[in-house]
Amino acid sequence: MKIARFFVLAVFLIIALAAAPVPAADTIKVGAILGVTGPASFLGAPEAKTLEMLVEDINKKGGVKGRKIELIIKDSGASPEKAISFAKQLIEEEKVFAIIGPSTSGETMKIKGIAEEGKTILLSCAAAEVIVNPVAKYVFKTPQMDKHAVIKIFEQMKKMGISKIGVLSSNTGFGKAGKEQIEKLAPEHGITILVNEVYDKAASDLTAEVTKLKAGNVQALINWSIEPAQSIVIKNAKQIGLDVPIFQSHGFGNIQYVQAAGPAADGVIFPAGRLLVAETLPKNHPQKALLAKYKKDYETKFKEDVSTFGGHAYDALMILVKAIEKAGTDKEKVRGAIETMKGFVGTGGVFNFSPEDHNGLAMDSFEMLTVKDGKFAVLTAAGAMKTEIAPKKKK
Amino acid sequence: MNIELFFQYIVAGITYGAIYSIVAIGFNIIYNTTGIINFAQGEFVMIGGMTAVTLHSFFPLPYAILLAVIITMIAGALIEIIFIRWLVNPSVLRMIIITIGISILLREAALYIWGEKVRGLPYFTGTSVSSLSIGGVHVSPQVLWVIGISAVIVVALNLFFSYTMPGRQMRACASNRDAARLCGVSASNMITLSFVLSAGIGALAGCVVSPITYVQYESGTGLAIKGFTVAILGGLGNSMAAVAAGLILGILESLSIWVMPTAYKDVISISILLLMLFVKPSGLFGSKEAASLKEF
Repeated sequence: MKIARFFVLAVFLIIALAAAPVPAADTIKVGAILGVTGPASFLGAPEAKTLEMLVEDINKKGGVKGRKIELIIKDSGASPEKAISFAKQLIEEEKVFAIIGPSTSGETMKIKGIAEEGKTILLSCAAAEVIVNPVAKYVFKTPQMDKHAVIKIFEQMKKMGISKIGVLSSNTGFGKAGKEQIEKLAPEHGITILVNEVYDKAASDLTAEVTKLKAGNVQALINWSIEPAQSIVIKNAKQIGLDVPIFQSHGFGNIQYVQAAGPAADGVIFPAGRLLVAETLPKNHPQKALLAKYKKDYETKFKEDVSTFGGHAYDALMILVKAIEKAGTDKEKVRGAIETMKGFVGTGGVFNFSPEDHNGLAMDSFEMLTVKDGKFAVLTAAGAMKTEIAPKKKK
Repeated sequence: MNIELFFQYIVAGITYGAIYSIVAIGFNIIYNTTGIINFAQGEFVMIGGMTAVTLHSFFPLPYAILLAVIITMIAGALIEIIFIRWLVNPSVLRMIIITIGISILLREAALYIWGEKVRGLPYFTGTSVSSLSIGGVHVSPQVLWVIGISAVIVVALNLFFSYTMPGRQMRACASNRDAARLCGVSASNMITLSFVLSAGIGALAGCVVSPITYVQYESGTGLAIKGFTVAILGGLGNSMAAVAAGLILGILESLSIWVMPTAYKDVISISILLLMLFVKPSGLFGSKEAASLKEF
């Protein structure tokens, strides 16, 4: 019995040793803290896949400045505690050159200070504005601002003659940040919030919540969440006959939510990066070629639809690579190169960084999209008119 | 507030309640034979839903569901045989910890097999936008499916436990395992059977609710918490009571949204659960004597 146990242990040890990666000499170590599994897996999983794909590609072509990139992905499961310990591990033990991620705003805020103290470049894939406002010397982010998404939605509402709205959001960091921006920006855009409700992120049905909106006679509904709830809410709204235009956050930019909601998703309006509508962009659009290539590479390699979230990791890594190409492998110089980078074309838009702006994206990086026959499409004036007229006919 | 909207809230509550109670029924069977709560019950629901979605791309819907139920039943049997059967007189606490372990194992396995993608079966009748309108109150046909299938399960279980030999043997094991053994009933076979049954019911529940709630590798936990609450509320071990308690809780939650911010919805349900445990631990419809016979 004892001998058998010893053998089992020995076999395990051998496997563990064999599986451990042999550190290659003279590589550039890039750490990534991503929520590959857990509640933010729809962000972290495409981000991790994108990084793996890009790094493989870069290394095949000989690396950056002759040095290969060694990618160390840590799965935080969207837990801030894990993100903190991984950040410390990456900075102190692995001595990485830079960290990409985390996927969520809550985690990023927890490790903002750690990156700053460890003088390690952090390129966050999370959206909240607080990540780069106030500016931290070493902290950057690639997704568009929540604020810009909200303003885009309000401008669209103005065009459609909507002023009284209902807001639903989930009790997550993303939902909370969006809700705060909506509440803050609504008055200056002449929008009144009649009903403002927060639901649990694991909600299985939201019929009662949308009934409350119906009772409040709202002209439109904004939902701000990233969970399956964003499919559930549109379904329930249509089922109880709440015939108002439905707006979603940029979190809706993942085709699986459209597929999950089925015909209920048609007509939903939301702001998103241009990745989702790469085919329909005009030929001379600066992002067109890059978006089409990323989409094709990702979809052939992983056999799944590309999402804007993987794009955030794409931008983070490529910005870093571009800066290293320009400034060499000195951390301080690379940091400076990112901060002064102008006109970098990424999946999220055209980045123009400055010492005051560590995001670099302007509001025009968002496009208003809609869902048409189960597919994403650019919202045209005619499409918006149609959704606007529909509820009026009823009344 | 007009009467139409009031009834819309009631219908919303029935929707919640139907989902909770169909999940709750599964908890009762294993509890009845073993006296433990199977914390992996939510994972059976998830596996049933996931398997059905996968099979649906090869088979028509009824066959996909049937196969998914059978596959989950086999998984339930395997789990019992591998992890529980060989234990000699396990304590309740040990069994509970084992089922928690199994739930984590199943969740991770599902993540490995299906990835993190959100899925759902198509609506059994109509589509995601169709609803029946009864006097201005809208209800999705899928909700009626959930209620109907719950009813069928409850009736079938009652018949099974009252009139068939295996059913009676399971009940015998539940009330006194040693006495049942002396009468020639194989207690360990009965426990395996109870896992098979509750895995099957869980899987069926997963299939019917998946068009409404969607299914993801970790969606079992959320459903299980509410199902567990409802099972306790009704009185553990009683399927009929679980359905009644589910509908009561669902309607209370829905009405709470009418008067209070939505964020308090879960506070309501957990407060009710705590109150119940303090005041009448045997549940709304459970009897004190029956509860005192159980170890847990």
